[in-house]
Parts: sequence; structure tokens; C-alpha cells
Amino acid sequence: MSDFIQANLPYLLAGISVGGQYALIAIGYTMVYGILRLINFAHGDVFMAAGLIMVFAAASLPMYISIPLVIIVTVLLGFVIERVAYKPLRSAPRMSVMISAIGVSYLIQNCALYFTGGLPRVFPSIPWLTDTVTIFGAITKRVTVITPIITLILVVALVLFIKKTKVGMAMRAVSRDFQTSQLMGIKIDNVISMTFIIGCFLAAIGALLYFSNYQSVIPTSGSMPGLKAFVAAVFGGIGSIPGAVIGAFLIGIVENIIKGVGWTTFSDAFTFVLLIVILMVKPTGIFGEKKTDKV
Amino acid sequence: MNEDIVLHVENVTMQFGGVVAVNNLSLDVPKGKIIALIGPNGAGKTTAFNCITGVYEPTNGLITFNGEPIVRNHPVGAMKKTYAGLNADRYTSKFVLPKEFDESDDAYEKRKEALKEIDKYAFTDTQLAPTADKITNCGIARTFQNIRLWKSMTVFDNVLTAKHMRAKQNLFSATFRTSIAEENRMKEETVQLLEEQNLFRFKDDLATSLPYGLQRRLEIARALATNPTLLLLDEPAAGMTPQETVELCEFIKEIRNKYNLSVFLIEHHMDLVMQISDYIYVIDFGSEIAQGVPKDIQTNQAVINAYLGADNE
Amino acid sequence: MFKKINNALNPSLRHPEQERASRINKVGAIILLAILYVFLFVLDNFLPAGSFTGMLIPVLRKGAIYALLCVSMNLLNGFTGLFSLGQAGFMLIGGYAYAILSIPASQHAAVYQYFDGGAIQFSIPEFFSSFLGAGLGSFVGSIICIIIAGVIAALFAALIGIPVLRLKSDYLAIATLGFAEIIRAIFQWNGFGIITNGSNLLRKYTALSDIRWDIGSVSLKFGTVFVFLIVTICILLIVLLINSSYGRAFNAVRDDEISAEAMGINLFKHKMMSFIISSFFAGVGGALLAMYQTTIQSAAFTSAMTYEILLMVVIGGIGSVSGSGIAAFLYIAANEWWLRFLDSGSIGSIEVSFFRGGFRKVIFSIAIMIIVLFFSRGIMGDKELSITGVINWFKNRKERKLAKKINASKEGE
Repeated sequence: MSDFIQANLPYLLAGISVGGQYALIAIGYTMVYGILRLINFAHGDVFMAAGLIMVFAAASLPMYISIPLVIIVTVLLGFVIERVAYKPLRSAPRMSVMISAIGVSYLIQNCALYFTGGLPRVFPSIPWLTDTVTIFGAITKRVTVITPIITLILVVALVLFIKKTKVGMAMRAVSRDFQTSQLMGIKIDNVISMTFIIGCFLAAIGALLYFSNYQSVIPTSGSMPGLKAFVAAVFGGIGSIPGAVIGAFLIGIVENIIKGVGWTTFSDAFTFVLLIVILMVKPTGIFGEKKTDKV
Repeated sequence: MNEDIVLHVENVTMQFGGVVAVNNLSLDVPKGKIIALIGPNGAGKTTAFNCITGVYEPTNGLITFNGEPIVRNHPVGAMKKTYAGLNADRYTSKFVLPKEFDESDDAYEKRKEALKEIDKYAFTDTQLAPTADKITNCGIARTFQNIRLWKSMTVFDNVLTAKHMRAKQNLFSATFRTSIAEENRMKEETVQLLEEQNLFRFKDDLATSLPYGLQRRLEIARALATNPTLLLLDEPAAGMTPQETVELCEFIKEIRNKYNLSVFLIEHHMDLVMQISDYIYVIDFGSEIAQGVPKDIQTNQAVINAYLGADNE
Repeated sequence: MFKKINNALNPSLRHPEQERASRINKVGAIILLAILYVFLFVLDNFLPAGSFTGMLIPVLRKGAIYALLCVSMNLLNGFTGLFSLGQAGFMLIGGYAYAILSIPASQHAAVYQYFDGGAIQFSIPEFFSSFLGAGLGSFVGSIICIIIAGVIAALFAALIGIPVLRLKSDYLAIATLGFAEIIRAIFQWNGFGIITNGSNLLRKYTALSDIRWDIGSVSLKFGTVFVFLIVTICILLIVLLINSSYGRAFNAVRDDEISAEAMGINLFKHKMMSFIISSFFAGVGGALLAMYQTTIQSAAFTSAMTYEILLMVVIGGIGSVSGSGIAAFLYIAANEWWLRFLDSGSIGSIEVSFFRGGFRKVIFSIAIMIIVLFFSRGIMGDKELSITGVINWFKNRKERKLAKKINASKEGE
């Protein structure tokens, strides 16, 4: 029994940890979708950019400056993307906004390619986080253990923020009915910017944790986690924060179990199988609400 | 069953969650007649239309067209919990025809047979919920309250495309132009339809660039292009000037005669309704409150109350 | 009365002037195509190999292939209004089907070295070569392989379409994207290695350089002509479809699903048709891409490839076939040729320090963002390019200038 635990615990731990990191990205997707009805294809790339900024920042700055700097720059990046690429298209068809998002994703990846010269960049090891610890006989990095805790704290804080504060109330109103809330005097643009800021803040923290585990950053390293986080958001019912978190943990854990069994090729494909199954069975996700078109 | 009934709607109920939009509605549209469905805003008129044309799947009830069941539903599954209204078992195998007082077995069996004639799936659990295109294929065409023309297409293409369903062609013959005769026939018929409606001179304009009244006409032309025998008009006079409304009135009668149509319409414009209809059904809050010929409806107290509000004394 | 009927019987219902214009366009297009093919043939065989032709030939070939891919995506996204992102998956299927069926039997041991020579031990082009000669045999054989590649892609599309096409807009996009990723994972899996060669690449199959005609000691090459031939036929078929009754039905579905259904157009059937046809041509495009590249590996068919095609479609104009074609050639030429200097570190002899690997792509993606944001109708909008259109544009140029002047002077007053 203890052998079994020792053999499989690392996968489970890794799964929970990756799940937490996906959750931090998924919240960005789910909130943006809830408000703008937009799949922000660039979100995964913002996540990658955060990792890359950390690589460059830590090369010349001490850790206690570079970590806040990464968070600030990432948040700014998200803010700028929304203002430049999405705001002008507010009244355009949904397809145009989605294409713009794909364009932004392409741009960020190409910028990353330019700055890194196409080489994988080694992620700096953040002291304390990357120390090894032993849990039930399984050896792992401290970040693996810390991630789910940080994730849960942030999610609870976010849910409280949305439930209790005025800005949170505005967000809920906008996601219910865009037009009416505009008529009721809610400053839509501020609410949307706030959404992107929160999403990117969480993605930056997610990136710090994720890349501490994976060590190197390449221009495309954001796309897969991004897609998976999106699937998590769909799974949980897009627009629902707890749904996204549950979906993310589920995907993280199952994916690592599949890796543990030795089917690594299919660990990514599993996510999409899950996506297609959920879209077939319950397109609104586990916590989503159904909407009917008026004829 | 009267053979002259084209559309027969029986006990149709439509629920959205807990909201009952249409409640146990029954009505008949006889052949060649113009029948109107009226009621205050939000009474469930358009929902009734949507149930007939397959946009919604009704919670319960039966709709037959020329004696053939086209929509037939009974509350099952999730709906079972919420729906406990009238006729809840009417369309299931559990249905037992109530025995009337002092009825002989023979007469009882006859009543059962008569029921089966209208609804050949009676006393079974069969559901029918076809998609809208299948219902259009039977010969029911409709227009929409908020005009739904194909906005990137010209007037001509709007009508021509509606002929697609009836065209005798397949993907290959259409692509390789071997069914060019069929295509030409469709185009000819489209020209005829447009000329009839005085829309021919606009044929190369974008459908949405037409004035409102003409867009409504184009929608009717497009519906006629599907070769219907029953035409459902959803507020055809909405947004029209009085002059246009008078013209519309004549126009509806004209196409009815010309194409041997039966017409079923929803309208708010009382002048139009009273002038044009052979029979009127009035609903409020989803349920029927009155039916009769226009003269009777005009003086019906329940209708007046529904429109003007009853005095609460 | 008689006149009216005559008018109605006239199939195209056009003015004589329109009739003339359409004739000019048809004849003109045939002449231009003929000139193009002669030029391509000369380019393949008689122009000296230099840095110019060395760039021009690959750009033309790849441009033509991407033109087909863009048009096939446009059929789905632009004309039917289904936002699908599965293009790369169907290209992968087409490319692999083509490569697997055309690897010569003698090369199997070398290509499938980790899988004991693989499971399939025949080659269609080789079979035809055995009695038609090497050149004609590879020509006929590769065309048959290309068609099979398209059909297999279409079959997959039919299977995938059943669940996916019930979804709406962005859910459809993400589900098709997901399927493309699943297809990629399946092709990379070593379990199917005896057919797909697992994660290793496929090579030594019939490539464009094998399409040639040996007359005695002279060998005529047809590589570029071949690509253009297939692409022209495919695009012509798509155009014929778009201008048929089915094409109009697709447009109706795009414009308003509810009224399309109410007018008797079966939504699922028509969406499925469009999806299958688009995937067929994506498969053909994938096969041509495999021929062009001479090697093929499933790892390359990522969602980024789909995005690239989508962006080309947007640049050309969603809903314009000719726009897609123009955009594909422009995009490929700029990306692979004209903007190369941005990566090389200098313009002519002037050194520019920030011109280094990847700078081209940055400039490129910024240009794309500008198009997406400020010129969202793309080059052609939903209009089509035609010879008479171009002539009229030039004719009216003076009038437009005059009108501008008048407007300017009016505003000045």
C-alpha cells in the first residue's frame, strides 16, 4: 500500500499543483467570457509573457523587486491589450473580436520569439519555492504543495471581492446584461478593464508558480496551458468562477494520472476529449445557465 | 373530423421553466379562411406560432396539418415535475378516455376511433418534434414579427433562396450546372412573385435597404416562395402607415384567393383584424378568453376587460 | 405581356450590358489563365536558376496551396458563417493520407525504420508508373492520392461534424480546435506507428519534383503547373458551388439561422455539407503541402497553422474568394521573401541592430493587427475581383478624382 502511494503520489501532487495553476489562468478566461462573451485567445500568451518577463527581470534585478515588477507589467499588458485590441470592436460582430484576439495571440508569440531568439529561456529559481520537500515519502518541490493553497486563498478572496464590493457588483451586473447596465450608469469600460486586470494578475501569479515547476519558457509554452484552462472554464460552466476552479483541478489531476500510466501523447488530447464530451452532454457546463434566443 | 380543417391545434401548452407562455390552447384553421389570433402584449401569441412552426418544442399538446399529426408532445422527463396542468396524460399511453354517462360500449369504441383518426399516435407514448424546416416542407410558411430577412442578400436572392427547399436538384447537379433548367424555373417563379408584389424594380437592392412596409411584403413573398398551403403572418401590419395597412388587407385577401391559401395571423391592428378575419381567437396570459366572429368579439366583455383592464370594484 | 414573359424566361435576368460584362470576364479569365500556365511552364523549365527564380517558384507554389486552404476556410467561415478552427487537423489528415499512399514500396524499410517497414506495402504512383512510365505515372498516381486524401479528410469531417455542428459560434470554434488537437495526438501516437510512423516524419513520397515528362534525354518539369492546376480546379469547384442554389442556402444560414430554417433549409444538413466540402479541400490542400514540403510531420500542424490561414482570410476579406486568393499570395510572398531582410540584420549594406531573427514576424503581426482593427473588411470585403470591375475602376478613376475635388472645394467654401 505504501509502495503504491509512494509510486503514485508524485503524479497526484503534480496534478493538484498544475490544476491550481490552470485554475489561476481559467479564472481570467471565465471572467472575460462572462462579461464580453469573448474567448480571449491571447490569455494563454499573456501567461507565457509573464514567465518571460520574469526571466528577463530576474537576470538583472533582485527577486523582491522582480516578482512585483512581473505582476505589474503583466497587469499593464492585459490592460493595454483590452484597450487597444478589444475596445474598438465593442459593437463589431463577435467573430471580429475573436479574430482580433487570435491576432493578439499571434503578436505576443512573435514578440516572444524575437526577444528570446527562439531559444528556451531558463526560468530563475525562486528561493524557498523551488526547495525540495518530502511528503509521505514522495520528494517534490515546495511549489507543488504551495500552489493549491495559494490558489484557494486567491479564489476565496476573488469571490468575496465580487460578492461584497461595489466593483464586484458592477461586474455581476454587466455579465447579466451588458446594455442595461450601461444604461444604469455603470462605467462599462472600467468594469471590463478591471476584469482584465484581475485576470492578468492571477495569470501572472499562475505563471510564476507554473514555470517554477517547468524551468524553461518558450514562445508557445502559453498556448497549451491556455487552451486547457479554457476547457476548464467551459467544463465548469463559462462565467462561473468556482466551476472554472473545479474544472482546472480535475484536468490537472487526470492529465497527470494519464502521464503516470504512460500515455503521455494523449495527456493533452484528453483535455479536448473532455471538452467535446461536456459540450455534447451539457454545453452550459456544470454550473452554467441556459439561455434561449428570442424569436 | 371535419375535412376542411387545415390546421388543428389541440391543448398546446408551452412552459419556460415555471412560466406558462401558452396554456392549453386549442384552435382550428379551416381551409381557405383567414383566422386571427389576438391578445394583449405578452399574451403568448408568438409563442403559439413558434410551437406550430417547430421553433419551440411544446410541453404538451397536438398539432395536426391536413389531418396528419405534425407536432405531438407530452410532458416527460424534467418537464414531468413541473407540468401538472390540464391534459397532462392526454398524449401518453396512460390516457384513458373518460366514459360518458350512460354510454354504450359501442359508442365508446367509436369515440376512441374518432380520436385515433385525428391523432394516429393516440394512446401511445410517441412524440413528434420536427425541426422547423420539416414543418415548412409540409406546406406551412411564416413571417416574423421582427423582420428576419437575409440581410446580406438582394431582394431577388431572398425569394430565390426560399425556393431552395422545393428544387429538384442535388449538390452535384447544382454545382456542375446539370440542373440548370430547374434553376431557371426557380428564377422565373421568383420574377413572377416579385412582379406580383411590385417588388421587381428593387430586385438588385439589398433586402434591408427597403423601407419597412416593403420589407414586410418581401417577407410575405419569401414565405410564398416555399409553396405553402397555410400562411402564418406574425403581425404583418406592425409599423405600417394606415394607407399601407388598407393595402395590406386587400393584398392578403388577394394572395389567399390566388394561391388557395388558408391564413392564420397575429395582429394588434384591430381595424385590420375586424375587417379581414373570418374568425377570431383571443388569448390573454396564454389562455383562451374568447372566440367568435369579429362582430361578437367586438362586444365581448372578457376581451374588452383584457385590453382595457377590468374595473375592480 | 409577351415582353414580360420573355424577360422571365431569360435565365440570367440581366441587362445586355451585364451579359456582355460576364462574357468579357469569362473569356478574359480563360486567356489570363492560359498566359499564367505558359509562364509557369517556362518558369519551371527554361528560366535560369538564380536567387530570383529560387524565391519565386516556392512562393508561387506555397501561395497557391494557401490560396486553396484560405478559400476552403472561407467557404465555411465566410459563406456559411460557421466559425471553425479545425483546418490544421484536416490538412494533417490529407497530407498524411497522401504521403502514406505514395511512398514507394522500396523506401518503406527506410522511412518506417522504427516500425519494421510499416503496414502498408504499396504505392499508388508506383503502381501507375509501372505501366504509364515514371512521369505520367506519378502524375496520375499523385492526383488519385490527392483525391483519396481529400475524401479521407471529408470522412473525418462527417464523423466530427455530427456532434460538433450542433454547437453555436465560439463553442463550435473551440470544439473544432479541440478535435484538431486530438487528431494531431492520434497521428503522433506510436501505437499507430505502422501506418503513421508515429512522431517521426514521413518522407520519400512522390513530391512535386517527380511530376515531369521525360522525352528522350530532355526532362520537362511540371511542379508549379501541377500545383496551380489542382488549385485552379478546386477553387473553380468551390466558386461554382457558392454560386449555386446550395451556396445561397449557405448564405441564408449565415445571415439568419432561424429564418433559414423557417424557409425550409435543413440547418444540420447544410452545415454538414459545407463542413465536409471545406474539409475535403483542406485535405487536398494538406496533400499539396506535403508534396511541396517533401517531408511531413504531424507536430507541425498546430492550431497556429489554422490561425495563420484564418488571418489570411481576414486580410483578403471574409466572404470573398478572390480576396482569399490575393491575401494568400501576398502573405506568403511577404513572409517568405519580401520581408526576409528584416531578419537578416541589414537593409542593403546598412546594419540595423534590431533587425535580427524574428523581427519580420513582429512587423508582420503588427500589420495584421492593424488590418484586423482598422480595415476589418480586408482587401476585398465581400466583393469579388473581376476583369470588368478592374477596367471600370480605372475608367472611373478620373471621375472619382473630380468628385473628390468638387467635394473638397465645397467643404472649403
